[in-house]
Amino acid sequence: MSAPAKVKPVTAPVLLTANDLRDGRVVWLTSDGSWTLNVTEARLFAPDEAAQALALGQAAERLRQVVGAYLTEAELKNGVPMPRRFREKLRAVGPSVDAEPKPSLSLAS
Amino acid sequence: MDSLPAIPPHARTYRYDAVDKAFLQARIAEFRDQVQRRLDGTLTEDEFKPLRLMNGLYLQLHAYMLRVAIPYGVLNTRQLRQLAYIARRWDRGFGHFTTRQNIQFNWTKLADAPDMLAALAEVDMHAIQTSGNCVRNVTTDEFAGAAADEVVDPRPYAEILRQWSTLHPEFTYLPRKFKIAITGAPHDRVAAKLHDIGVIAKRNTEGEVGFEVWVGGGLGRTPIVGTKLFDFVPEADFLATMEATLRVYNALGQRENIYKARIKILVRDLGDEFRRLVERELAEMPEGRYRLPSEVVQAIAAHFAPPPFARLTDNPPALRQALEANRAFATWVKNCTHPHRAPGYVSVVISLKPIGGIPGDASADQMEAVADLADRFSFGEIRVSHVQNLVLPHVRQEDLPALFAALKPHGLATPNIGLVSDIISCPGMDYCALATARSIPVAQRISERFADLDAQLDIGTLHVNISGCINACGHHHVGHIGILGVDKRGEEVYQITLGGSATNDAAIGELIGPAFSYDGVVDAVETIIRTYVAHRAPGETFKDAYRRLGPAPFKEALYAAA
Repeated sequence: MSAPAKVKPVTAPVLLTANDLRDGRVVWLTSDGSWTLNVTEARLFAPDEAAQALALGQAAERLRQVVGAYLTEAELKNGVPMPRRFREKLRAVGPSVDAEPKPSLSLAS
Repeated sequence: MDSLPAIPPHARTYRYDAVDKAFLQARIAEFRDQVQRRLDGTLTEDEFKPLRLMNGLYLQLHAYMLRVAIPYGVLNTRQLRQLAYIARRWDRGFGHFTTRQNIQFNWTKLADAPDMLAALAEVDMHAIQTSGNCVRNVTTDEFAGAAADEVVDPRPYAEILRQWSTLHPEFTYLPRKFKIAITGAPHDRVAAKLHDIGVIAKRNTEGEVGFEVWVGGGLGRTPIVGTKLFDFVPEADFLATMEATLRVYNALGQRENIYKARIKILVRDLGDEFRRLVERELAEMPEGRYRLPSEVVQAIAAHFAPPPFARLTDNPPALRQALEANRAFATWVKNCTHPHRAPGYVSVVISLKPIGGIPGDASADQMEAVADLADRFSFGEIRVSHVQNLVLPHVRQEDLPALFAALKPHGLATPNIGLVSDIISCPGMDYCALATARSIPVAQRISERFADLDAQLDIGTLHVNISGCINACGHHHVGHIGILGVDKRGEEVYQITLGGSATNDAAIGELIGPAFSYDGVVDAVETIIRTYVAHRAPGETFKDAYRRLGPAPFKEALYAAA
């Protein structure tokens, strides 16, 4: 994976994302410390919480929950978090082609 | 699972012996243990990653992906049915055929991977060397052993290369991955000049088999048409030549810079010195040790003996009548068949490019349907083409009407082979962790834009190739129209190249100008095609017209209004 392992200066809110170790699915860290497939349930970390968020990801890797945890910039849209980068949006909503896309989300979200 | 069907008696695929089978079982047991150790924490991801990659298991954008080797694109029906079974049981009911004649399962679970490999082993298949810096699956002509223009059947030599390169102790950690293609026909259908090594099997005036060897071709970040290394390597020296070439590369290829690590960079930088180094390596090899005995070639060739063709004549009455009565059938025959060496037979290309579909995808139901039809019409043989279609290599011409009728209900009779909608596309950002842009939806939109068959036929032969990143798995450099998706400040944009070719007149396409947006790229393709239609001479293909006209009229049409 292309996950950056180092902390870059973070100036925007971020989400913590990774792939589930067992099935490889894209997951997002929630406020209660669990991992979710649904990005709208993800915890949005303030920039000054980024280092803490990354540490949570590294701990989850050691616990064999996830692989390749990293931060990605995000923003609130209609009250729910959504990554800013196109690639991360695509990770969040699944392939844009017919492969069991999640019906409640779209790239336009 | 239910007991497996018997291997079709006439299907010409290499059959594993007891040693092969025992090795695969041991390898699967080893990987099962590695997976368990990863899950229980004994292995870290850093430790586990190279182990899973050696077994074809990637972690992609949305899930694990298992890449299965289909040796030189040759399958029997038992194997294809097993791929369908795997797709249905452990994936989402489909598989994706690739430009290396492999198949990928995009939704693999880690714990399932050993079971999937065990299912593959039941039909003499595996996923070894579908990743890593080793010799990858050798590719060959999808019409091998069938084509009317074939001089030498390349399958025995492809199998010899497979056996030689599998777990080769010297070549497991090359500077970079290594791709070999081999053909035995004068018409290059394997892109021989665009591989790390491309081999063209031929005969001398005495009728002896020899090999024209090209080296240092490739696409990716630095596209290069290969260089002819030797014009005629005698059969006995074939493996020695491969060994010597790989040794020179292994010793001198750059390892410190991934972008300069392929053999093409070494060959480009060394020029003629590369050949001299290979010749010196050959001269220093122990005499006879790497000689390829004709008895070995004959023993392996026996696996690929011709099926029992009936004595038939070309253009039988049943075919003539059907061609006259059914225009749709006639169009399909014209576009989806290839001349066969045996009178009364033909090879049939089954398009995996339905209008608006995902290039190379086949459902489990479709795979089983193709297997049934191969048993019924093609001696139980199927081929995978590097253009991401399937082939029934040996079909009686008189059976074509029945085959066409049987393919249609499964969505497998799209008559578009070689036309604008027969698009090569990598998975792109919809699946691939390396991609910088999507490619599948671009292919789908182009296919839909040119859905009208008459329009496609009027445009004629036109290869559109799409890659979602510079690694060029979609072979965009050698498309007549090549499309490369890149990330530009967080947006997908698409560069277009024109005039590429993957065959005898291999050429790298020329970048036509600034990139187009995701929304604009299909319009740009249409503009290019309209420009070609407006400027072409009677009967002139897109590629020939571009070579005559040059880029000017296309640039004018694309950018003048901007």
